[in-house]
Amino acid sequence: MTRLRRDWALVLLMVPAVLYFLVFHYGALAGNLIAFLDYVPFLGLSGSSWVGTDNFVAMFHDPAFWHAALNTVEISGLQLIFFFPAPLALALLLHSLAGDFVRKFVQSVVYLPHFISWVIVVALFQQVLGGAGVLNGFLGDHGLHTIDIIGNASAFKPLVVAQVIWKDCGWGSIIFLAALHQVDDQLYESAAIDGAGWWRRFWHVTLPGLRPIIALLVILKLGDILSTGFEQMYLQRSSVGPQAAEVLDTFVYFTGVANGDWGYAAAAGLFKGLIGAVLIYLANRVAHRLGESGIYQ
Amino acid sequence: MTRPAWQPKPTPPVQALKAITLIVIVIVVLAPLLVVISTSLAGTEEVIAKGGWVVWPDHITFAAYRQVLSGGVVTRATVVSVLVTVVGTALSLLCTVTLAYALARPGVFGGRAVLLLVLFTFLFPPGIIPGYLVVQNIGLLNSYWALILPVLVNAFNLVVMRGFFQGIPSELYEAARIDGAGDIRILVRIVLPLSKAVVAVVGLFYAVSYWNSFFNAILYLNDSAKWPVQAVLQQYVTQGAQLADASVAEQATRNAPHSIQMAVVVLALIPIVCVYPFIQRHFVKGVMTGAIKG
Repeated sequence: MTRLRRDWALVLLMVPAVLYFLVFHYGALAGNLIAFLDYVPFLGLSGSSWVGTDNFVAMFHDPAFWHAALNTVEISGLQLIFFFPAPLALALLLHSLAGDFVRKFVQSVVYLPHFISWVIVVALFQQVLGGAGVLNGFLGDHGLHTIDIIGNASAFKPLVVAQVIWKDCGWGSIIFLAALHQVDDQLYESAAIDGAGWWRRFWHVTLPGLRPIIALLVILKLGDILSTGFEQMYLQRSSVGPQAAEVLDTFVYFTGVANGDWGYAAAAGLFKGLIGAVLIYLANRVAHRLGESGIYQ
Repeated sequence: MTRPAWQPKPTPPVQALKAITLIVIVIVVLAPLLVVISTSLAGTEEVIAKGGWVVWPDHITFAAYRQVLSGGVVTRATVVSVLVTVVGTALSLLCTVTLAYALARPGVFGGRAVLLLVLFTFLFPPGIIPGYLVVQNIGLLNSYWALILPVLVNAFNLVVMRGFFQGIPSELYEAARIDGAGDIRILVRIVLPLSKAVVAVVGLFYAVSYWNSFFNAILYLNDSAKWPVQAVLQQYVTQGAQLADASVAEQATRNAPHSIQMAVVVLALIPIVCVYPFIQRHFVKGVMTGAIKG
């Protein structure tokens, strides 16, 4: 109690944010209860009937759910393979530049798209790659076949990865650049004196220096594999159809909020959340094993 | 950074390759923005004549902007976006700074429990459906507050700010204490003036996320007349719907791509592009110090 008397002002300062977390995070957590109800908004929590695990059983027998899960994992996998190395390559390129001015200019340009909303990013891609866009205008002018990349379901997954690269490649390079700065210059110097060329310096000095951060980011991405940018998918779902664009998050939204199947959607959301929590927990354990600090201590 | 002595000067082909790569990267990032801005500044006839898009307008006209800002749906949506962004950022910063400050003080009463409470939300973010139920139950549906309160404090921003505050030498606190300053006075007079970089960066993160968000509006505001600019934009960029504005709709339907739609895109983009250069230089310093210490 003496600590409370001493810290009363600090405790007072904590109240607004703590209230926020209690209401909007922990209150919402309690709301997951409706996953076990046949929830009817009109009847409310107490009036809706208890159905036990029926919603989960229905979910496991629902091909649409599994299709969404498969799409999610596929898109996450593609991002891991194609999006993940891009910021690293960009960071290596930027780091190798001798001139400060050029590097800072390019950095300012490539960080910018991170701050552009998904609505605008999708609009930009439509303007450039869509049926009446810049690319088709160019192809048409030169008598070539036009292609509609935006409305094409089979091109959707690569398109999604390309959008993520455009938006976040530069931003993602910040962390690699910071790691590159921390590599001891003397290591490069002694390697060079020992006759190591560019490739061997990269293999034996740069890469070992980056190994911890690469391992950490891969693990974190694996832990996050069931989340693929909800807004990005939601925005383009209508143009290519749910077959190609339905991921777990959009599945939950359209089943619950749009179709009113609240209990079932909450069950799917809870399932995704639980798997995600386990994955993040495991990923963090592995990160600790590798001697990294992980996202929490 | 100058080239260290051991590093040989890159050969001309390598230099050329690097230069070309960098130029391509810069073009890929900037060209779409240029096309959108140019198209919004070109007259409708020119846009139609050139097949829907313009790289460099022959005649610059602000007609599209005048039309969009002449008091219809987009004007209203812009006002909503500005208000939500300003009020939301102020409240978010206030709540984040206060909690981060309290949690940065070693051995504060309840500090460990609160920190765990916050960190657990990283592990298990609330889903869409339960989040909706909370907003519904406290009566925020169809209120502008639904765009602010459910995203009031971001745990990542909080951790970044706490990390920065922890880097402030504890001698400063002790000295201020001896001089008789209370915790709140220390925050306002000593900690905040030393933390301009991190406050600027976290403030930018909040402002950008408020300005850019469209989904909460679609989810929580049934009345589309209340929508912010990004929600209005998504409705006709992605759904192909026309603006509800009679005057704007008439012009927009004549030709699908469209200086007016691009004017709305630019309008939604402008604040980001304007604020960005001022805060950009704080990124690495403000974010990395906090994130690494986490």
